[in-house]
Amino acid sequence: MRSIDAIGTAIETPTREASPEQAAGELLALAEEVLEHWVLAKGAAPTTETREGFRLLALHRQGAQGDPSFNACRETCREAAYHYNLVTMQPDSAATDQRLEMMRLIVNHLFLFVSGKMQVAGLGEFCCSSKPIRLAPGQEDRISKEA
Amino acid sequence: MTTKDKYKKVAYYPGCALEGTGHAYNRSTKAVGKALGLDLVEVKNWNCCGAMEVKNIDPKIQTYLSSRVMSVAANEMGMDVVMAPCNGCYHNLKKAEYDLKNDPSSVDVVGKLSDKAGHQAYKSGQVETIHALDWIKGAIGEEGLKERIKNSLAGIKIANYYGCMYTRPRHIFPEKDQGPGSESTSKPHFMDDLLAAAGAENVDFPLKTACCGGAHTMSDSDTSTRLVLNILKAAKMAGADVIATECPTCHSGLEMHQIRAEKRLGEKVDIKILYFTQLIGMALGLKPKKVGVHENVSDSMSFLKEKGLA
Repeated sequence: MRSIDAIGTAIETPTREASPEQAAGELLALAEEVLEHWVLAKGAAPTTETREGFRLLALHRQGAQGDPSFNACRETCREAAYHYNLVTMQPDSAATDQRLEMMRLIVNHLFLFVSGKMQVAGLGEFCCSSKPIRLAPGQEDRISKEA
Repeated sequence: MTTKDKYKKVAYYPGCALEGTGHAYNRSTKAVGKALGLDLVEVKNWNCCGAMEVKNIDPKIQTYLSSRVMSVAANEMGMDVVMAPCNGCYHNLKKAEYDLKNDPSSVDVVGKLSDKAGHQAYKSGQVETIHALDWIKGAIGEEGLKERIKNSLAGIKIANYYGCMYTRPRHIFPEKDQGPGSESTSKPHFMDDLLAAAGAENVDFPLKTACCGGAHTMSDSDTSTRLVLNILKAAKMAGADVIATECPTCHSGLEMHQIRAEKRLGEKVDIKILYFTQLIGMALGLKPKKVGVHENVSDSMSFLKEKGLA
């Protein structure tokens, strides 16, 4: 499994040679990897099951167990699945390029939300607020001054 | 009593944000209410709803703080509906309502703190908490709004952004997902409905309930900027000219991080950000200043002039 940073880079780097179906499949796999990181961080084994035909949705359900705030990315996961369907069911559509780019933004949002949330997991009932624990000592001054 | 009659006069709970960064939302909500003939009676001596900060430290203190607002509305003002335009306040009042209905220990804490503070404890069911979207939709409705439109929003493409707290968690919003006419927690549409009634064209926007990073805008600004940038890009890609908002935290986050994205990441996304109440107000014939467009951080005036709204 790729590191969370490598996933972020991969989301931003389209695979040029891929067919639309392959590109959508790659984005879906990246979204699944993001959620695998979250599930592993919670001490569970990522599920291999599917929900409504998507492992992504099963992983989200697993990740939200005991953590209702994780539902803040439920619709993002569903939109990723929806865009995957749009691209793979109508690969020849004139809108395919745009749909793929939109799917990339949706998966990127999932990545940003989950990777940010992983840094502050356990703090806060609903939101993802709290101190930036990934920052090295000394960097917090910069943030405070900026704030 | 019908919903239409019930919502004609409501207790208004602006909350802290609408007195500060979200003042344009306060101004436009009041202006729209006046233009529609609806009566907003501000909750007397209201307090903070507990926001996210108090809730993170002690959820029951948040329950008490929100319950006090509802207690004042019900027991001191005789109101049966509280309208909260801010998603955070709306969410917290709904959460307090749920807690007091379902959790005896919350009832106990609220009772003790209310005694100590010297006011009647709020009892579940005394008021109905609604959002500004419910208020206009319930009191006026799409057809009523259409009849009152003076400057159609025709030709304006809008991405409706609801944020994360308007629909989540689902269990505190029992009135949602109740079939036709009710709001959806997965695909909210009340703002879409109202703006369409005002003539706007809504675009299909996949991030309408996605996180704006508002909660860590201070502690981890870079992540917030990237989340907002993603929302702006998705709205632009969907073909929108404007992102309509209904939450002061989301709104100020979108505006501030739109600027920050350009400065820090060198990425400029040219899209206007306006409260839905500002758009509806201008559609009702109000001048931009009446709905606080000048109080927004981003400048929309040339766009509004081009569209015949200013």
